Amino acid sequence: MSSQAHASKHDEPAAVSDGHESKAPGCATPSPNAVPQGSRRLDFAEFLRGVLARHAANVAISLAALLVGLVFWHVATHTKLNVYINFENVPPPLRVGEAFMVHLADPEFYIHIAVSMRRILTGYLLATALGVITGVLMARSRVARAFVYPYIEILRPIPAVAWIPLAILMWPSEESSIVYITFLGALFPIVLNTLHGVEQTPEVLVRAAKSLGASRLQIFWHVILPAALPSIAAGLAIGMGVSWFSLLAGEIISGQYGIGYFTWNAYSLINYPDIVVGMLVIGGLGTLSTYAVKLAMQPFLAWQRRAR
Amino acid sequence: MNTHVVSLREHARDRRSGTRNAGRGQIEIRNVSIHFGRGHDAHPAVMETTLDIAPGEFVCLLGPSGCGKSTLLNSMAGYVKPSSGTVLVDGEAVSGPGPDRGMVFQQYSLFPWKTIRDNIGFGPKLAGRGYAETDSVANTFLEMIGLTKFADKYPAELSGGMQQRVGIARALANYPSVLLMDEPFGALDAQTRLMMQESLLATWSAFSTTVVFVTHDVDEAVFLADRVLIMSAGPGAIIADLRVPLDRPRAADMATTPQFMQLKKQCLDLIRAESLKAFEQQNR
Ligand SMILES: Nc1ncnc2c1ncn2[C@@H]1O[C@H](COP(=O)(O)OP(=O)(O)OP(=O)(O)O)[C@@H](O)[C@H]1O
Ligand SMILES: [Mg+2]
Repeated sequence: MSSQAHASKHDEPAAVSDGHESKAPGCATPSPNAVPQGSRRLDFAEFLRGVLARHAANVAISLAALLVGLVFWHVATHTKLNVYINFENVPPPLRVGEAFMVHLADPEFYIHIAVSMRRILTGYLLATALGVITGVLMARSRVARAFVYPYIEILRPIPAVAWIPLAILMWPSEESSIVYITFLGALFPIVLNTLHGVEQTPEVLVRAAKSLGASRLQIFWHVILPAALPSIAAGLAIGMGVSWFSLLAGEIISGQYGIGYFTWNAYSLINYPDIVVGMLVIGGLGTLSTYAVKLAMQPFLAWQRRAR
Repeated sequence: MNTHVVSLREHARDRRSGTRNAGRGQIEIRNVSIHFGRGHDAHPAVMETTLDIAPGEFVCLLGPSGCGKSTLLNSMAGYVKPSSGTVLVDGEAVSGPGPDRGMVFQQYSLFPWKTIRDNIGFGPKLAGRGYAETDSVANTFLEMIGLTKFADKYPAELSGGMQQRVGIARALANYPSVLLMDEPFGALDAQTRLMMQESLLATWSAFSTTVVFVTHDVDEAVFLADRVLIMSAGPGAIIADLRVPLDRPRAADMATTPQFMQLKKQCLDLIRAESLKAFEQQNR
């Protein structure tokens, strides 16, 4: 009897409020005067083109900046610029480029790179596993936090190079001491960012999940972990960078391979162009792998990008 | 076009038949006091409250800010343990949050990383219902709140009113015997709020769950409730239990009837007295 009246009454406001509310600021339509519904597709295409255009502009600016740096480097070395900073003995970019081309044709160069990447990957994956677990434990348990924090605070400022002697003494093989040093570099940013992310989980979401029947483990999987994920992703990206940063220190130990070893060896042989080649390869690979980490995390953070 | 409400009703009936009967959702609050803090900092939020809510009743908790409305509601939800006394739901002491008591918060309580569909289906999924059943429950509720088109969007892409409709649907998807709502429409604009109130009543009539609804808006309380409970300034205790003499279904134009106005005035007078007391307490 009254059900019909209820039902139809419910229909109307719902339909009306849809039209009304889709203009509200909560909608993620990018341009301020964008209209939803019918023209939504078109808007999105436009939005995409806008993003690409903006991206292209950024890339162009970055490339131009690199070019400026290259030209300056060339001119400074060519004119043997010596104004407080001395460019007299700095290898010019063309000679570095030549050296780089020579190495590109040399299979051993790729072994250096592959060996380094394997070390980074091993250390990094270990740091990710241990770092995320430690960060979560610290955030969820007061005891764990009080126990681990002093170690983090004391160990974190120690530079990778300072670890060389102890790493050699402590670990059974050269390889494991190098991996240890890259591992350590990645560990701290991952732990601290995980800790921070988990701490930031809104309590209301935990409560909501409990009232929906979630167990502790389910709360962890469905609420705490995703809430912490943006922060964890940032930690993973930073950790990857620091891992490369520590690589050279680790590979000083190495007697044969690795791009850090390659650089260090060039230094011992006073082969200046090769030093710069090594530096740039480390920089480039560090950038690329950091970017790869960000890219790998992106599918899990899609909800966040849409929210803006 | 009304099929979705009809099918909802069938859903609800299906779930109820069997082991559970229609008389679910009874709440008994026995001498409940709730204190926060210890030693010097200890202060009472709820004092010696006793209260009975019948199955299927719609009850509004009204009171000045800080009087303990949320605290009392949270004790029913199981987030807060009473310092003394007991809270019973369907005869069982509440020992923690559970899917038999759905909760709707004021705002921002949807999981931002889950789509609207997955937010609504989360309860059924946790309850171990299969993929197909979860999906069908989610679809039913999406239709009920009129947001089928938004099923695969994320919460941040919806307006506040839409998000709150999803919040209600998410809580109801577990077919709880009690629905607890803490100022669910407090952050909405007046127009949206009115529409939300009407659609909540329509939903409630299909589900016949018990609803405990916290608000500080007298019009809202009188429009929605079977009973309006008024709480005193902190520490909270219930000082008035007023039955609303309006017929159901409620319609927006009832707000101008003498019965409505009279009850509203009665509430306002009580609230004003309590708010003044609260104000003096806080400024002492
Ligand atoms: N977790 C807590 N720890 C300490 N004190 C609390 C806590 N939660 C609430 N209180 C105190 O209990 C009292 C009642 O708070 P409560 O949130 O229940 O009030 P309320 O009636 O819901 O107010 P509002 O209308 O502003 O939401 C307040 O004095 C508040 O400061
Ligand atoms: Mg409150």
